[in-house]
Amino acid sequence: MDFNVLRDLAAGNSWWAIWPELSLGCLALFLLVLETVLPKSAHERIPTVSIAGQLAILVALLANLGTANRESFDGLLVQSPLGQLMRVFFLVSSILVSILGRVSLAGRKAPKVEFHHIVLVVAASMMLLVQSRNFVMLFVALETVTVGLYILVSYYRSSPRTLEAGLKYLILGALSSALLLFGIVLLYGVSGSPGLVGRTGAGMYFPGLAAFLDANPHNFMAAAGIVLVLSGLAFKIGAVPFQIWIPDVYQGAPTPVTAFLAVASKAAGFVVLLVLVTQVFLPYGWLVAPILTLMAGASILFGNLAALKQNNVKRLIGLSGVSHAGFMLLAVASAAYVPGAVGAVYFYLIAYLIASFAVFGVMTVLAGPDDSVQELGDYCGLAKEAPFLAGVLACGLGSLAGIPPFAGFMGKLFVFTVAFKAGHYGLLAVAIFGVVISIYYYFGWIRAAYFSDEAALSAQTASRLAGGGTALRVSLAALAAASIILGFYQGPLGRLLSR
Amino acid sequence: MSNLSFDPLLLAVAAPLAVAAAIAVGVPKRLVVKLAYAGFAVPALVALYAWWSFGAAAKEAHGYAFLTSYPTGLGALGIGLKLGLNGISLPLFVLAGIVGLAAGLFALQSNASRMKTYLLLLLVMQAGLMGMFASVDVFFFYFFHELALVPTFIMVGIWGGRDRSYAAMTMTIYLTIGAMLSLLGLIAIYVKSGATSFDLMVLRDTLASRPLGEVAQKHIFGLLLFGFGILVSLWPFHSWAPLGYGAAPSSAAMLHAGVLKKFGLYGLVQIALPLLPFGASQWGHGLAVVAGVGNVVVIGLVTMAQRDLKQMVGYSSVMHMGYAFLGIAVGSVLGVGGVVMLMVAHGLSVALLFLLSTSVYHRTNTFDLHQMGGLSQKAPVLTALFVTATFASIGLPGFANFWGELPIFFALWGFSHTLTLVALTGTIISAVYGLRAAARIFFGPQTEAFARYAAHKAPTDIAWSERLPALILIAALLFVGIWPRSLSSGINRALEGEPAALVASR
Repeated sequence: MDFNVLRDLAAGNSWWAIWPELSLGCLALFLLVLETVLPKSAHERIPTVSIAGQLAILVALLANLGTANRESFDGLLVQSPLGQLMRVFFLVSSILVSILGRVSLAGRKAPKVEFHHIVLVVAASMMLLVQSRNFVMLFVALETVTVGLYILVSYYRSSPRTLEAGLKYLILGALSSALLLFGIVLLYGVSGSPGLVGRTGAGMYFPGLAAFLDANPHNFMAAAGIVLVLSGLAFKIGAVPFQIWIPDVYQGAPTPVTAFLAVASKAAGFVVLLVLVTQVFLPYGWLVAPILTLMAGASILFGNLAALKQNNVKRLIGLSGVSHAGFMLLAVASAAYVPGAVGAVYFYLIAYLIASFAVFGVMTVLAGPDDSVQELGDYCGLAKEAPFLAGVLACGLGSLAGIPPFAGFMGKLFVFTVAFKAGHYGLLAVAIFGVVISIYYYFGWIRAAYFSDEAALSAQTASRLAGGGTALRVSLAALAAASIILGFYQGPLGRLLSR
Repeated sequence: MSNLSFDPLLLAVAAPLAVAAAIAVGVPKRLVVKLAYAGFAVPALVALYAWWSFGAAAKEAHGYAFLTSYPTGLGALGIGLKLGLNGISLPLFVLAGIVGLAAGLFALQSNASRMKTYLLLLLVMQAGLMGMFASVDVFFFYFFHELALVPTFIMVGIWGGRDRSYAAMTMTIYLTIGAMLSLLGLIAIYVKSGATSFDLMVLRDTLASRPLGEVAQKHIFGLLLFGFGILVSLWPFHSWAPLGYGAAPSSAAMLHAGVLKKFGLYGLVQIALPLLPFGASQWGHGLAVVAGVGNVVVIGLVTMAQRDLKQMVGYSSVMHMGYAFLGIAVGSVLGVGGVVMLMVAHGLSVALLFLLSTSVYHRTNTFDLHQMGGLSQKAPVLTALFVTATFASIGLPGFANFWGELPIFFALWGFSHTLTLVALTGTIISAVYGLRAAARIFFGPQTEAFARYAAHKAPTDIAWSERLPALILIAALLFVGIWPRSLSSGINRALEGEPAALVASR
């Protein structure tokens, strides 16, 4: 074996380029070390260490936000300004999941430290996932995310619904991974096929594959591979027809994990999808555009119509999440031709993160002893008994519904503008229909919280809110404020995304 | 762009918002009321100041004065907070200030439960209303409208009367559809014009030199017409209005029916007509028929059949919107100018009627016209005020409404004789239901039901705290009625400056 090859490869490694991921991994291991070293009485402090550590990384990351496009690890990864933005995105998600997890885990029979450990590992792999420019790298990172989420979804082992959710997520997740992998293999195989022009050995790398696809814009095998890859990703973002797992898994998973799935996992899927659609699959626009258009329309319709009749809020928010995936796909479908579409998706994701975590935060606090049973009726009289929580909930739901002055409105505005530019008039009509339906069920939720006189809050809730401590209150207040401020003042973020 | 050192328009938007924020943060109870007075008074004073100094103020393109702009981070997309007033927006800005003050005063004297939240929502609504008419940027025009609209839903849902939950839901769905359609229309203008700007002045210049294609104009105007039409209760999309106003708390009804509903008409006059003249001419005739027959005659007859006072006022406001649509359908300077006058006049008079209806309710404990009678002996001042409001609403000379309806009828005569006759029957209908309601409530013998309630709790005459907001509105109605030039000269200049946009459509 020629060691020079390895040495050359190692020379391409630039470990400093992935310092946020490395420090998250180290922090995760450090938590486990702390658990063995510290006495049992001090274990309560470990989540605080996790949150503090993540905050420190966040501060460091924000200080180094401006990065030019840069390859590392021989083109396996690419660092870019939008990549930095997504790093911040995932880190903020994991911080919020940790905070919610601490509230949700309190008083439950489940290991505490491992939860925070896995959240950190998953967040780090999501960061790698969105920066990867190589299918092997992408698949490894994606599997790390998915395996971590398998564990998190079935974390409350004593509840049969959670176990059911875990099993469903495992089986369907494995299926989607298999689809994705099969698609990757087909693409790699066909790109190396000796009989074709432009054949390449670099079929796993996005630029290499893009060059090959450009030379063969109507290859059947490649088309099949692309469809399979899109299917695998559609599972992650929860778009129709791969949305089937969403209601059950969202309901059964612990609420903080549901939030993680709904926001971070979905966002990761969208970023990968955007990279593939705008950089790799461009020559196959004739295939990709109709598929995405169909998925967008079907997701908006299915998500909203199915959410209409839900009484369980976790199922409701899961199905409404399907429709949000549809709205974002509206922009993704135009991303290949319309400048600004990428920025629109990113903005939508950020608005969605803020609004969703506000709602999930309130849900976590209000969850009863069985985390999977959270009905609309439980919110009756919330405004009288806990005006702060009701206010946060209203801000979150208002933003999800896309009502000004909330950030969600700007997200929808950008997406609609992009769809208009691309000429998707039929889809826009569907989208408007979807928005109106969504107003109905989001408003129904607000109505339960505000317009109803009877009280349904348990005494446990009050103690939970107090137990959540300052971190929870501060983060909920910050989320509500952010979703209002981002609605009319986008500042530097607007400039970054409208480039 | 000149940035004034003192920006009155921003002050009018920011003052109510600041007071609302202070209430939300939790200032002591005594301060809440004082602050709220300031929050409602400042926009009204700014509006009067703007009206007073508008003539002398420096004008920029398209007759805009007091222009200022503030970046919000979306400069690359052509979105920025740009405030200014021209001859069309000025009267409505003044209307928003005056009705806002009256509604605020009326809310402050009411004994609503959860008063702090109620005032907070009203103040947010007031900020949205002021911003809506002061925005030159189309995006913020829409944004401020929604800012004012959302509190309406909540106020109907929490403080509403009968069927409040159902009414709030119906209103929300209808108005969201309307808002969404008009948003699509506005985005369509933004995209198709190629101006990459939501700035109305830029859009006007761009589209004046490069008008949109005829098909695009027709489609976009249709979108805006339906979107804005639903928001202004164009027949047959009106059913949310009487239901919502019937249930809404009075201050919310005053602000919504008086000011917020004018958003749609204002959008048509200020945005759709000048930017899409061909589209307007294509839709004009159909709109005129629907508005004339549907809104004026059909809804007029429905109004006559109402037994519930608040529902009747709600329906009458739907009916009067018909005249406004007729003026827009004609599209001439005379017609559109009449629409702007009518918007101001109707805003003042319908707010006054909602206010006085609530005052009547407090003395009779019912909105059912058949259970009232003889209130004039107990409450002569209220009687005088209500009859004045009815006269104004019917459009008697001397009140602002007269100067709104008259130009529209003149303009309509040149457009279609038949429709003019149809619309004129509306004046008879509104006289019938208006006067009959006043007669039922105040004159004639006392009904048994009223006598029983009066024995239980003797009705008093209208108190000064209720009288003051009513008098403010009546004063404004009379002022414009006697001196219409105070508004019409500005409107005229703004409309006549239009580049061949407002030609009579045929």
